[in-house]
Amino acid sequence: MTIWEILGFALLKILVIVSIMLLTVSYLVYFERRISAWAQNRLGPNRVGWEGILQPFADVLKLLLKEDIVPYQANKTIHTLAPIIALFVAFTTYAVIPFGPTINVFDYSIPLVVADVNIGILYVLALTSLGVYAVTFAGWSSGSKYSLLGGIRSSAQMISYEISMGFSIGGVLLLAESLRPLTIVETQGQWLWNAWIQPIGFITFVVSAFAETNRLPFDLPEAEPELVGGFHTEYSSMKFAGFFLAEYANMIVASGLIVTLYLGGYNIPFINIETLGLPAWLPVLIYISAFLFKMAALLFFFIWVRWSIPRFRYDQLMSLGWKVMFPLSLINIIWVAALIMIFNL
Amino acid sequence: MTLETILFILFAGIAATTSVLMITRSNIVIAALFLILNFGALAGLYLLLNAQFLAVTQVIVYAGAIMVLFLFVIMLLKPEHERSIYKIPGMKIFAFAIAFLVFVQLAYLILFSSSSEKVSPDVQASINAGTIETIGRELFTNYILPFEAAGFLLLAATIGALILAKKKIE
Repeated sequence: MTIWEILGFALLKILVIVSIMLLTVSYLVYFERRISAWAQNRLGPNRVGWEGILQPFADVLKLLLKEDIVPYQANKTIHTLAPIIALFVAFTTYAVIPFGPTINVFDYSIPLVVADVNIGILYVLALTSLGVYAVTFAGWSSGSKYSLLGGIRSSAQMISYEISMGFSIGGVLLLAESLRPLTIVETQGQWLWNAWIQPIGFITFVVSAFAETNRLPFDLPEAEPELVGGFHTEYSSMKFAGFFLAEYANMIVASGLIVTLYLGGYNIPFINIETLGLPAWLPVLIYISAFLFKMAALLFFFIWVRWSIPRFRYDQLMSLGWKVMFPLSLINIIWVAALIMIFNL
Repeated sequence: MTLETILFILFAGIAATTSVLMITRSNIVIAALFLILNFGALAGLYLLLNAQFLAVTQVIVYAGAIMVLFLFVIMLLKPEHERSIYKIPGMKIFAFAIAFLVFVQLAYLILFSSSSEKVSPDVQASINAGTIETIGRELFTNYILPFEAAGFLLLAATIGALILAKKKIE
C-alpha cells in the first residue's frame, strides 16, 4: 500500500468511528434516562417522536441554543480549553480498540481498528492519564470553590485508580506477551477469555474503569448534594455538553477496552464460524456484531449500576482504591504468573 | 523535505516555543500548561527517533503523573506571594548573565564538538532498540541490579514521605 492509500483508509475509518460514536453517545443519554426511569418506576422521556426516540436531537438543539455564560472570576482561555481536552481524550482513545478481525477487500488487507500500533495498551494508559487535566483545569479555571473542590477531588481519585487499572492490565499483558490490542484479542481465542482466567483482575479493572469515567458510585467530582455540580458547576450551553459527551464517550471507550482485554473482543464462544460454510462476507459481520453486543451489554451494566448503588464517601473511595483495589491487582499479577509457570499457558 | 524533517521541525518548534512561554508566564497554572505541552512535543521527538517506549512513558510519567502532582500543589497552596522574588535588586542582571552563560556553552557544544562516533548506521537496530520488548529484556537481565536499586530507593523515598507527611503514626 502506498502512503496515500494508508492515509485514505485511516481517514475513512476515523470518519466512520467518530460519527458512530457521536450518534451512540447521544442515544446513550436517551437510554440512560429511559433505564433510570424504568429502575425508578417512572415513564422517562417519551414525547419527542415514537417513545421519545428523537429526544437526543431535541436535547442537542436545546444545549446549542442556550446562552454560554463564563463567570467573571474565570480564566477564559482555560475555561474554554477544558471541555475540548475532555472530548479530545475521550475520542482519541478509541483509535486503538479493534472492533473486528482483519478483512480483505479488493486485494487490500485492512485491520478493523483505526490505528494498529504495537504499543496500543500503553497509548490508552497515556491518554487516560491526560484525561485528568480536563477536570482539573475545569475546576480551577471556573473561579468557584465548588468547582475547585470537585477538580481537586477528581485528580486525586483518577490518579489513585489509574494505578490499580495499570496493574490489572499487567496480568493481561503477561498472558498475551504483547501490547498490541489485536494480538491480545487473538490470544484469548474462542472461549479462553481473560475474564475466566483472571477474575480478580477483571473485577479490579472494571471497578477502576468506573472510577476513571467518574460514573456512580465513583462520581465524587460531581457529587451534587455537596458540590452543586462539582467541576462543571460554572459551565453552561455547549461547553457543558462537551463534558457530558466526554463522559458518555469515556463509557464507550471503557466498555470497548473491557471487551478487548477481558471478554475476548470480537470472538464468539464455542461456535467456529469459519467452518460453517457461510459466504465470505458474513463472518466479519457476525464478528463485528458480537463485539457490539458485548459492548452494549457492558454499557447497560454501567447504567444499571448507576441506578442501583449509592455514592461512596470520599474517604471510603480512597481507602477502597489504595487498600483494596491496589493489593488485589497485585495479587492478580502473582496469580497469572503462577498459572503461566504451572500450565505453561 | 521528507515527512520526518517536517515533523521534526514541527515538534522542535513547539518544544522551543512552549518552554520559552512557560518561563515567561506570570500565571503559574498557565506555565504548568505550557510545560505539559512541552512534554508532549518531546514525546513526539522521541517517537521520531524510534523510541516508542520512551515516548509513551514520557507522556504517562511526566505529562500524566508528575504534572498533575504539580498542579495539585499549585492549586492547594496558591503561591501568589512568590512574585516578590522578582523585586530583589540585581536579580535580573544575575539571571541574564547565567542564562547567557548556559546559552554560550550549549552553542559551543553543538557547533564545535565532533559528532559522536558511536552512532550506528543500522536503522533496523535502532528501531529494535526502542521497542518495549528489548527494553524489558535488558532491564531484567543485564541491568537487574540498577533496576532493583532504583526500586529500593523509591520505596525508601515513599516511606520517608509518609513519615514526613504524617506527624504521628498510629
